[in-house]
Amino acid sequence: MNASEAASIRLERCAKTFADGTRALEPLELAIAAGETVVLLGPSGCGKTTTLRLIAGLESPDPGGRVLFGEADVTALPIERRNVGMVFQSYALFPNLDVRGNVGYGLKVRGLPAAERAARVEEMLAMMQIAPLAARRIDQLSGGQRQRVALARALAVRPRALLLDEPLTALDAKLRDQLRLEINALLRRLGITAVYVTHDQAEAMALGDRIVVMSQGRVAQIGTPREIYRAPADRFVADFIGVMNRLAGEVRDGAFVCAAGRLPWNGKAPVREVLFRPEDAAIVAAAEAQLTGSVAAAIFLGDRTRLSVDGFGAEPIIVETSGRHVFAPGDTVHLRIAEGALLSL
Amino acid sequence: MRRAGGFYAQLAFCALVCAFLIVPVILSVSAGLTVNFLQGVKSGLTLRWIGAVWSLYSDTISLSLLVALACLGATLLLGVPAAYVLAKRQTRWTRLAEELLVLPVAVPGLATALALILLYGGFRGFRTSWVFILVGHVLFTLPFMVRSVLAVLSSIDLKTLEEGAASLGASFAQRFFGVVLPNCRSGILAGALMVVTLSIGEFNITWMLHTPLTKTLPVGLADSYASMRLEIGSAYTIVFFLMIVPLLLLLQRFAGERR
Repeated sequence: MNASEAASIRLERCAKTFADGTRALEPLELAIAAGETVVLLGPSGCGKTTTLRLIAGLESPDPGGRVLFGEADVTALPIERRNVGMVFQSYALFPNLDVRGNVGYGLKVRGLPAAERAARVEEMLAMMQIAPLAARRIDQLSGGQRQRVALARALAVRPRALLLDEPLTALDAKLRDQLRLEINALLRRLGITAVYVTHDQAEAMALGDRIVVMSQGRVAQIGTPREIYRAPADRFVADFIGVMNRLAGEVRDGAFVCAAGRLPWNGKAPVREVLFRPEDAAIVAAAEAQLTGSVAAAIFLGDRTRLSVDGFGAEPIIVETSGRHVFAPGDTVHLRIAEGALLSL
Repeated sequence: MRRAGGFYAQLAFCALVCAFLIVPVILSVSAGLTVNFLQGVKSGLTLRWIGAVWSLYSDTISLSLLVALACLGATLLLGVPAAYVLAKRQTRWTRLAEELLVLPVAVPGLATALALILLYGGFRGFRTSWVFILVGHVLFTLPFMVRSVLAVLSSIDLKTLEEGAASLGASFAQRFFGVVLPNCRSGILAGALMVVTLSIGEFNITWMLHTPLTKTLPVGLADSYASMRLEIGSAYTIVFFLMIVPLLLLLQRFAGERR
């Protein structure tokens, strides 16, 4: 398989209203470069699956919306003529066919000669490391094996884009991590355009060249995992991705002053709230402290301890430490926030 | 092994029920094979009565088979697509259609037949042909085919399977024949056996619809009991058993395979 077959994908003013009047998607603009992996991320009902189905051709946009593959307008084409590969959460493998039959199905309906078909199937089985399972029935496979078969089946037809709808959600945690790594390596190696839907932010971070964070039928932010994490566009993105601490206070004499102390601030003013990530707060000696609070709860996670710290207003903040010091509720902690880590929205 | 008293009570009850069901069958079969039923088995065993049935009624047997096969063909053509649509579109109207579909089973066969005669009795060619009986049988058996296929289609994730096939480039026809039908094969087979069995044994509707030239096996059976020696009627029952029991066994085995 070579990368030149990969298509860029563009959605123009694509909205979706279902027959019962539910507005699943507000008019959406989205451009995906050829060979890029884009992750659609958001809570259930945010419109991410609808967006994927619009790209696939399983739904059509409201009048006025257009879907383009490269320069070709495919809005009117049904899925069977778009040449996309699709991987479903429920696998959607054919129970009446064995593994080989499933992988070869797309080639068969395309009328590929038997010899060529067999060669391509073997190539796919080898690529997904499922050659020993070739003659198995689908109900004899584990979840992870099924999803490998589904990937092999989708890739066998050399699609212009690979569309994955929560492919790992049905798997248990350990398998999910392993298959995620494999999918990541596979997408990089093939250089295929991929659109990946998930509600799992860790999955999105690990896989996406770019992440499209969605909420209530709208795009909340599009950016690289780093941008989404370090510079969230709004409160929704800040809260949905990772853990975000908030401090309420005000800017006075070049410092942000809050209940727990003062922080250097040379950003915009006035600001009523600043945010920072748990890993940007370090526990320091009293002399170096910017903020001071008391431990409300300490959870030992093995490689680190997660502290919930009071004294910052209505909500406690979350701080993580990898030190060996044992904290008990009521202990006083002194914090220093890394330079440049403070955000305001 | 020690058995509790309850076990023997259950065994006795079970044997009693079996006897209640089986003894008339044995009696009927033996009547069809004895020279003279009133004198009992000591009068000797014979296949004469079966031969008589064959010469008198073989046309009813072949008509029954013809109607059953035609009925199977019709219910496959009508029932399988109907079940597919009912499984695909889950709306108020399809629910209603599903409920209405069982009406021909609930309504007495005589009433269905009467309605058919009132409606089509004027078309002489149709009224006197075996196709008239076929229509009655299709009305009666179609629900069983639809229900059987629908049950299997509802148990698989039909929508996603079809979407998967479509994403791989399969047209509607390729999806229907390559994915949908093979995956509801067990339902189609069970439905088919049911339809054939019911059609061969159907009496109520057929009795109203038949003409002297379009008698099916059960109608002929009633006829023979009414107008022939008891031994011939009984021999006729044996022929009926020989046709229907293998079908019932298949059906039973099949129901077992479906988990």
